[in-house]
Amino acid sequence: MLIDFFETVRKAKVPCSVREYLDLVEAVQAHLAFADLDEFYALARLCLVKDEKHYDKFDKAFSAYFKGLDDLTTFMDEANIPQDWMRKEFERMMSEEDMAKLEGAGSLDKLLDEFKKRLEEQHKRHQGGNKMIGTGGTSAFGANGYNPEGIRIEQGRSRHKKAVKVWEKRQYRDLDDSIELGIRNVKVALRRLRKFARQGSADELDLSDTIRSTARNAGYLDIKMVPERHNAVKILLFFDIGGSMDPHVRVCEELFSAARTEFKHMETFYFHNCLYETVWKNNIRRMNEQTSTWDILRKYGNDYKVIFVGDAMMAPYEVTHVGGSVEHWNEEPGAVWMQRMVEQYPKLVWLNPAPRSHWGQGGSLGAIRQIVNEHMYPLTLSGLEEAMRELSK
Amino acid sequence: MQFQGTSDYVATPELRMAVNAAIRLQRPLLLKGEPGTGKTMLAEQLAQSLDTELIQWHIKSTTKAHQGLYEYDAVSRLRDSQLGVDKVHDISNYIVPGKLWQAFTADKPVVLLIDEIDKADIEFPNDLLLEIDKMEFFVYETQERIVAKHRPIILITSNNEKELPDAFLRRCFFHYIDFPDRETMQEIVAVHYPNIQAELVKEAMEVFFDVRKVPGLKKKPSTSELIDWLKLLMADDIGVDVLRNADTKTAIPPMYGALLKNEQDVQLLEKLAFMSRRKG
Repeated sequence: MLIDFFETVRKAKVPCSVREYLDLVEAVQAHLAFADLDEFYALARLCLVKDEKHYDKFDKAFSAYFKGLDDLTTFMDEANIPQDWMRKEFERMMSEEDMAKLEGAGSLDKLLDEFKKRLEEQHKRHQGGNKMIGTGGTSAFGANGYNPEGIRIEQGRSRHKKAVKVWEKRQYRDLDDSIELGIRNVKVALRRLRKFARQGSADELDLSDTIRSTARNAGYLDIKMVPERHNAVKILLFFDIGGSMDPHVRVCEELFSAARTEFKHMETFYFHNCLYETVWKNNIRRMNEQTSTWDILRKYGNDYKVIFVGDAMMAPYEVTHVGGSVEHWNEEPGAVWMQRMVEQYPKLVWLNPAPRSHWGQGGSLGAIRQIVNEHMYPLTLSGLEEAMRELSK
Repeated sequence: MQFQGTSDYVATPELRMAVNAAIRLQRPLLLKGEPGTGKTMLAEQLAQSLDTELIQWHIKSTTKAHQGLYEYDAVSRLRDSQLGVDKVHDISNYIVPGKLWQAFTADKPVVLLIDEIDKADIEFPNDLLLEIDKMEFFVYETQERIVAKHRPIILITSNNEKELPDAFLRRCFFHYIDFPDRETMQEIVAVHYPNIQAELVKEAMEVFFDVRKVPGLKKKPSTSELIDWLKLLMADDIGVDVLRNADTKTAIPPMYGALLKNEQDVQLLEKLAFMSRRKG
């Protein structure tokens, strides 16, 4: 009973165990939901999903599983839509991440052609008895987040005037923690940071003070406690600034400065592309107010945790060669400087705004990744969390 | 036992389903949601509608799990022994029952609210696993086993400051209280202020949702703020036309102090108002 459904949900990477599944079966048996898809949706979500960040994945799985034959036919009726209309809808639906993927697939026109072809194919396959759109990732458009929303749009115009189901609205998209940091989820990210900063605190008995005051109290016990220790974390931040990185750096700066009070010390420095012998604190006066990297290494002890933010995308020689810098003549290659940082600070991570799938293995990015011992994380909520976990280990 | 919402509280069908499933299958219900969406209120209303007692356990950053079971007041016993008080010989005089103990030994099933569980230490939920599962615990000092007479209905709220451990989550039902949509909001207002002019509500609601849409607000106004704001508008007898005019001409709604709690947010709104005036 419901095993297929359970497996679909699990395949969508919603973490649920046998226990949750049995809960659902028990709930269904108790007739909490009976012959009503909306009720069943609420019940299944209640039992199987334990965090709102998985709601979106669950919604997708749910709609994939229950997307029936009749929906597909209305979808087909609308298949010969004018090109312009389709393009408008496409652009409206596209988020930033989709746009990035789009570049990989060629121009928009090409993608639209492909889409039409795919539609026809699917029509045939539907005749052949496959009842669902986009399950098992047969369509490239599923990956673009097209699948559930696309169907919704067609439905909105269909003769049947079918109402949009909750799970098709995908209103929990912003709560998914694998998307990039933006204005909307910056608050959640902040909470993760605060969690990181507050670790290691506990209520303590101040033994020596207790003994002293008990003695002064003529032997009558007088317990003394010391308050929780807070803000023990010291942070050095290095931002890659200039060019394509600027918007990401701004988000990141805001994020960390909002969390500033949670840290004992936090210092911010800027560099361009790769770390060399100097960094600067103020980007406007970067040419005349530079700080020597040696000074940083000497000034800040190894109890500081170091976070680099940058895309690490540059010409490989900027990392590996003397004189490789695009801005000045560097006496020592960037790799040497990075290596010094890694040796000095055992807790060092690199946050990369580019999605993990774009990283690849070789090039400057691979080199940097090797230097930081693979402690490179994407600048998403979950990446941030991973990084913080690494730092606080 | 069925929960249908009360005359003072509007519950969406999904929330009703969540509460009823938790009651029927005797699982704790974990509630999350934006602040001000009525998570704590739900517990009060649930207790009221089931006609039972509500036991509230508010969690702070220093709260330990065993404080919910019982506390052994060793310090006062030590002091009593120094002072030669007689009751020092019976250890049970120094066992102070916690909220879970109270809920377990109540005469009928009560509603137990564990409020803001994420404020506590990260290990806190794990320390309660067995007690919540088996509904019993052991008092070592007195060698006594406390077993729940009736399983309490447990509601747990979280504000997402910490992740909760998987083992704990597996034992709970989970429901995320959405921010109410316009229709639900109208119902909520009707529940709180039955005789408020329909017109005023409509206009106020539009302004309210517009303010929520302003990008970059630090703290978006939530349901409780809307209700406060309506209270102010009514007390001040601000007419519909004022509200409408305020929206277009100055873009700062009257009595905005009730809606926006943050100075920067107010400034942001003023700035936007200024810009829209220049455009207009």
